[in-house]
Amino acid sequence: MSSKSNAGKSLLGIEVLDRSEIEWILERGRRHKRKPGEAVKKLDTLRGKSIVNLFFEPSTRTKASFELAAKRLGADTISISGEGSSLSKGESLVDTLNTLAAMLPDTIVMRHSASGAPQFLSRYLSTPIINAGDGQHEHPTQALLDALTILDRRKSLENLRVAIIGDISHSRVARSNVHLLSKFGAEIVLCGPATMLPPALKQLAPGITLTHNIVEAVTDADVIMMLRVQLERQNVLNFPKNEYFQFYGLQLMHLERARPDAIVMHPGPINRGRELSSEVADSPRSVILNQVENGVAIRMAVLERVCGDA
Amino acid sequence: MSRLLIKNGRLIEPSSGIDENRDVLIEDGRVAAIAPAIEAGDAEVLDAAGCIVAPGFIDIHVHLREPGIEHAETIETGARAAAAGGFTSVCCMPNTIPVNDSPTVTSFIVERARRSAIVNVFPIGAITKGSEGEQLAEIGAMKEAGIVAISDDGRPVMNSRVMRRALEYAASFGLTVIDHCEDLNLSMGGDIHEGIHSVRLGLRGIPGCSEDVMVARDIILSEATGAPIHIAHISTRNSIEMVRHARRLGIRVTSEVTPHHFALVDTDIHGYDSNFKMKPPLRAHIDKDAALEGIIDGVIDAIATDHAPHTGNMKMQEFERCPFGVTGLETAIGLTLEELVHPGKIDLKRMVELFTSGPARVIGLDRGKLSVGGPGDVTVLNTSRKWVFDVNQTQSKSKNSPFHGHSFRGGPLATIVAGKVVWQAPAGAPA
Repeated sequence: MSSKSNAGKSLLGIEVLDRSEIEWILERGRRHKRKPGEAVKKLDTLRGKSIVNLFFEPSTRTKASFELAAKRLGADTISISGEGSSLSKGESLVDTLNTLAAMLPDTIVMRHSASGAPQFLSRYLSTPIINAGDGQHEHPTQALLDALTILDRRKSLENLRVAIIGDISHSRVARSNVHLLSKFGAEIVLCGPATMLPPALKQLAPGITLTHNIVEAVTDADVIMMLRVQLERQNVLNFPKNEYFQFYGLQLMHLERARPDAIVMHPGPINRGRELSSEVADSPRSVILNQVENGVAIRMAVLERVCGDA
Repeated sequence: MSRLLIKNGRLIEPSSGIDENRDVLIEDGRVAAIAPAIEAGDAEVLDAAGCIVAPGFIDIHVHLREPGIEHAETIETGARAAAAGGFTSVCCMPNTIPVNDSPTVTSFIVERARRSAIVNVFPIGAITKGSEGEQLAEIGAMKEAGIVAISDDGRPVMNSRVMRRALEYAASFGLTVIDHCEDLNLSMGGDIHEGIHSVRLGLRGIPGCSEDVMVARDIILSEATGAPIHIAHISTRNSIEMVRHARRLGIRVTSEVTPHHFALVDTDIHGYDSNFKMKPPLRAHIDKDAALEGIIDGVIDAIATDHAPHTGNMKMQEFERCPFGVTGLETAIGLTLEELVHPGKIDLKRMVELFTSGPARVIGLDRGKLSVGGPGDVTVLNTSRKWVFDVNQTQSKSKNSPFHGHSFRGGPLATIVAGKVVWQAPAGAPA
């Protein structure tokens, strides 16, 4: 096993970050946002650095977003996905990562279906790791880009009322967002049926309330975050599929209960008619595509923090 | 004639209530005399001044992995780990490959133990064939071959009708049924105790109620059949409370607790370290407190380690892929002193009981006491020796302990099986 000299720079989750680290990334991310009509500026901040994107779980937007971010910073990247990698040939995760680490990449970006996989690896690996989503645990860059998206429209996160609706218990997006929003003093309402909303969630961070009623959740909300209904991780007993939208799908009538300038977010990919109606998805309130756009900017900032010399 | 004289120790012997300085003379494997200041000429002498001399400690819940999983442990290495932990007898669970569900496998274990084990090994047979929960195993024939109890540990009998018949049938042979209480439907897919920590780590929960509903079922079946039932590694407040209530009603239910369940809680799991992953999982503080209370008031009869060796590569994986189980033989006495005796929750006599007469009574084993003519199994320990558990020095073949690097005050000093010193604390270790 190798030393952990660089592993301290890893970004494994939001829970372990403090406010100043988050603010640094958000500020940096803001600077990487493109103005409308502006051509892509290729930077050389990470010239000569190599980044391995290791996706053990299918991903389109997060993988593309990390690749674009790395390229815009001048880094060399390779992407490996679960299918066709040595993992499917029976090699253990530690061996796979040690092999890659022996090629001396500067950073490993990793998505894995097992909660804690990057935390587990970081104990044995000196290469810094960026967690691109681990199981049902955390998805830190998603929470950062969500914060940037909210801050495009609000001065601060403090005292904002943010409703997060859907399968909270299986959602890494929800966990990372809860930690980030709570650190900045937001009021967080988590909403879903009790099968997806364990009471212990209330103790996850300060400022959380729980409700099973979507109308209650969206009332006076500044931000409404919808979560994807994750059928692949779903225990069939958690909800009767056919009535989910009726009770927990976001519809236009719900927006009338929220603040007039409330925004609707979704980490994607969206299922129209399952977790939100098409009208909501396409309404001016929806900032779903802004989230995607901010994803690249935030990941540039994160790569600079983890992989840069700063 | 082999003779061993254990001199100058403080003998704690729960079955006779002795707690005084006594010498113990063992001749040809049996206790020949217990008296103050025995003179025995040419006998080998073990000076136990400043130490506690107790009947040989018994662990009624270990996994020795042989036959079939010898890369993780063998009867020989598991027995050495037991000796290094101060145990003179262990009872091994039947989840080997093949499962110990027939007199052939039982005889194999008995024979392997006779040839390779430095402590007594008593096999536990399966309740059902292949531990598949459907047909009763050859319980009577296994008893004749040497089993001391039956259990489908790790693969609990879910069918209550099968369990009822097993209780009745085993009782006809004077065997106790040991149940690993887990409703497999309620616990399905779970990794750690369901609570704030599982929510925080994004790991799937094993709810306390998955244990409780089976403990309730077993108590009800024991009451209905009149047969004894022993609850293995009890871990929740509700289960302990139900056992307490059942005993007040005179139902024949006993229970054991593991050192890790009274020493650790779920929030001690850091960095997704699978050396903290076991079944039942580390529970909440209220559960740990209930276990302490059960030990103090006697609802819990025995401390058992559930020593469950797994090779390093099995435990070096994503948390959810790692097998359940931790080793525990070598740290049990140290943890009991630290959690129970040093803080004054129980006295040394109660501690000795939990490792000797308690477990012996649970399964009706004629051990766990020191009396003239009885087996010369002795555990010598003290409460002051400072030592650090280094898993790299373990006698077990596996290293999956959550207590690596842990400092202890007091522990076993010598393990004597049938009058032979089979293990002694490393010489020169700082006292």
